[in-house]
Amino acid sequence: MSDSQGPIWEVFIQKKPGQPFVHCGSLHAFDKEMALQNARDLYTRRGEGTALWVVPSSAIVSSSPEDLGPFFEPANDKVYRHPTFYQIPEGVKHI
Amino acid sequence: MENVNSNTNMEEWFDAKLQKNEMIEPKDWMPENYRKHLIRQISQHAHSEIIGMLPEGNWITRAPSLRAKIVLMAKVQDEGGHGLYLYTAAETLGSSRDELLDALHTGKAKYSSIFNYPTLTWADIGAVGWLVDGAAIMNQVMLQRTSYGPYARAMVRICKEESFHQRQGYESMCHLAFGTTEQKQMAQDALNRWWWPTLMMFGPTDDKSPNTANAIKWKIKRESNDQLRQRFINQTIPQVEYLGLTVPDPDLKWNEEKKGYDFGSPNWDEFMSVIAGNGPCNRERLKARVDAHKNGEWVRAAAKAHADKTKEMEFAA
Repeated sequence: MSDSQGPIWEVFIQKKPGQPFVHCGSLHAFDKEMALQNARDLYTRRGEGTALWVVPSSAIVSSSPEDLGPFFEPANDKVYRHPTFYQIPEGVKHI
Repeated sequence: MENVNSNTNMEEWFDAKLQKNEMIEPKDWMPENYRKHLIRQISQHAHSEIIGMLPEGNWITRAPSLRAKIVLMAKVQDEGGHGLYLYTAAETLGSSRDELLDALHTGKAKYSSIFNYPTLTWADIGAVGWLVDGAAIMNQVMLQRTSYGPYARAMVRICKEESFHQRQGYESMCHLAFGTTEQKQMAQDALNRWWWPTLMMFGPTDDKSPNTANAIKWKIKRESNDQLRQRFINQTIPQVEYLGLTVPDPDLKWNEEKKGYDFGSPNWDEFMSVIAGNGPCNRERLKARVDAHKNGEWVRAAAKAHADKTKEMEFAA
C-alpha cells in the first residue's frame, strides 16, 4: 500500500552479530536509504541492535492463517523426524 | 481449521482463539466490529502520542538546564516514535496513514483529552511526566496483553521506553518539592491543575463507558476504566506524600476494607466539554498539528520525486 507517506517497509533487527534477524515492526519511507535511516531512528534509539534489514512489505509472501492446518499437516505424522522416536539401549551414553 | 466456509464458523474459530488467549494477527479472520473498534482505539492512541508532543515541546526552548533540555527532547522524540509504532499497527488492519491523519486533522478522530490542557510553568513538565505518563503506563501495561498481536507488540516496546518518562517527571517534581518555598508552591500548583484531568484519562466510569463491554469481551482491554483508575490512585498517593504535597480532593481517604483509597468524582461535565472540543487548548493543538502537516508537504513531495528519479536511473543503467 502506498500513500502520501511512501510505501510500507518491514523492519528486522539483529540484536547481536550471529543472532537471527527478528521482525520488530514497520514504517513508511520513499526509498531504501530513507527506509534504513527511518528504521534506525524509530527502532534502535536505545541500542536495540547491531544490524537492520528493511524489506518492502509488498515483497513479503505469507502463508495464510486459515490454511494453517492443511498447510503444515505433512509434518504432523512424521514422528520419525524427532530424535525421541528412536530407542537406544540402556547403558549406551553420549547419544 | 477444517471448515471455514461460513461466517458462523469463522466467528466460532475467532471466539475459540480468544478463549485460548491466542493473539489475533493481521491476516486472521475477525469480526468487522472488532476491526473497527481496534482501528478507532489504536489510531486514537497514536494521535494522542503525536498531539502529546505539543504541550511538552512548548518547554524545550525554556528548559532550566542543558540536562533538562536533552531529557525533554529525548522524551518528546520517544512520543513521536510511539505514535509511529501505533500508526503502523493500525495500518495492518487495512486503513492507510493518509486516512488516519485526515481523520485527526478534520476533527473526526479523537485523542486523549489531557493534551488539551496547557503547560503553564516548568513544574507542569514534571507533573505531566509523572502523572500523565504514569496513568498512560497503567493503561499500556494492561494493553501489552491485548488480543491483537501488532498492538500488543507495539505496547511492549512502548512500555519499555515509557518508564524513563515517568521517572524523569518524578525526579523533576522532587527537585521542586524539596527546593525553595516558591519552587514547592509551583510543584503544588502543577499537581492541583493536573490531578483531575489525569484521573479523567482512564475514561468515564464503567457504568457510563459505551465501549467497555465489547473491549472486555474481545480481550482488547482486560481491566475496566474504574479498576485502572483505582490502581493508579493507590500507587500515586504515597508518591504525593513523599513529596510533601497534597492532591486537590477533600474526599480522598484510605479505606482499610478495600485496601485502597476512596476518592471524589472528577468533573465529568468538564471531561465531556473538553472531548467536544472546548478545552483550553483544543483549537491550538489541532492547528499546530495541521500546520506541521502542511509545512511538511514539500518534504514528502521532494522525497517522492527523489525516489522516483532514482528508480528511473536504476532502470536506465
